[in-house]
Amino acid sequence: MMEDLAMHTLEILMNSVHAGARNIKLDITDSAARDELLISVLDDGKGMDEETAKRASDPFYTSRTTRKIGMGLAFFKGLAETCGGEFSLSSEPGKGTRVSASVQRSNIDTPPLGDIGEMMMETIQADGDIDYELAYVTDSSRFEFSTQEAKEMLDGVSILEPGVLLWIKEYINEGIKQVKEDIV
Amino acid sequence: MKSLEELKKIREAALKKVEMREGGKDYRVVVGMATCGIAAGARPVLNRLVEETAKKDYNCTVSQTGCIGMCVYEPIVEVYGKDGEHTTYVHVTPDMAAEILEKHIAGGQVIEEYTVAAAAAGNKEV
Repeated sequence: MMEDLAMHTLEILMNSVHAGARNIKLDITDSAARDELLISVLDDGKGMDEETAKRASDPFYTSRTTRKIGMGLAFFKGLAETCGGEFSLSSEPGKGTRVSASVQRSNIDTPPLGDIGEMMMETIQADGDIDYELAYVTDSSRFEFSTQEAKEMLDGVSILEPGVLLWIKEYINEGIKQVKEDIV
Repeated sequence: MKSLEELKKIREAALKKVEMREGGKDYRVVVGMATCGIAAGARPVLNRLVEETAKKDYNCTVSQTGCIGMCVYEPIVEVYGKDGEHTTYVHVTPDMAAEILEKHIAGGQVIEEYTVAAAAAGNKEV
């Protein structure tokens, strides 16, 4: 099972990767005031028609041909339902998909956030051509990371260089930690 | 606090290495990162591979692949040489991953006991 929110989110990001997305936007809104943590993934992948979108969070539906079950969305929906939050999915063929799940921060079933830097490193590594925009937002502060900006700095050197990937992981985790400390 | 500017330094270091090596890397290290791999513990293996490769500058790229249909053997790490030869390591732990880099990538020595052939032979005996 999924031990933290980062692992849940990685599954959703991998769906976007497999849907042929070129741009993926991940927003994590961590609001103490609203007692809510909201994870939202927006991609410009191939999208789904209404019928497919309806079935997408059914564990016994998958677009994959290698196996007959797909748990990513089903778990993500289950997460929101178990932790006092809400799940939503909207999609348009040819345009992309938006998936979001919220959890109550104070809910005893809410798993820890997990390692977001590591998760980003793993999803970036799946395909260096995909661009990501990450935003981690609290009530009073905000951290952002964009692979496009990173690529500009790298000027031709691959984002998949191990040294670069490792730096991204640390940069994101440091940024999120900073933002979290701002709350206190 | 880290800044994006640091990427410029990493960039220069990477370019210098490419010059020294005159071209591409000799090995490609591929980790199965489908749900089956991740469930079996492929994430820490991938992380260790990236970390060790960055730190010790091994002559390889590290990349991911999907499910290759041997879920029972996950986490799987495949090593492709520049001449097309290919080794499949199975049930890989982070420590084994570090050892594979050290012995196979740096030393050119296949670690037979970690390969799928060794695992399959072991199963038959049981």
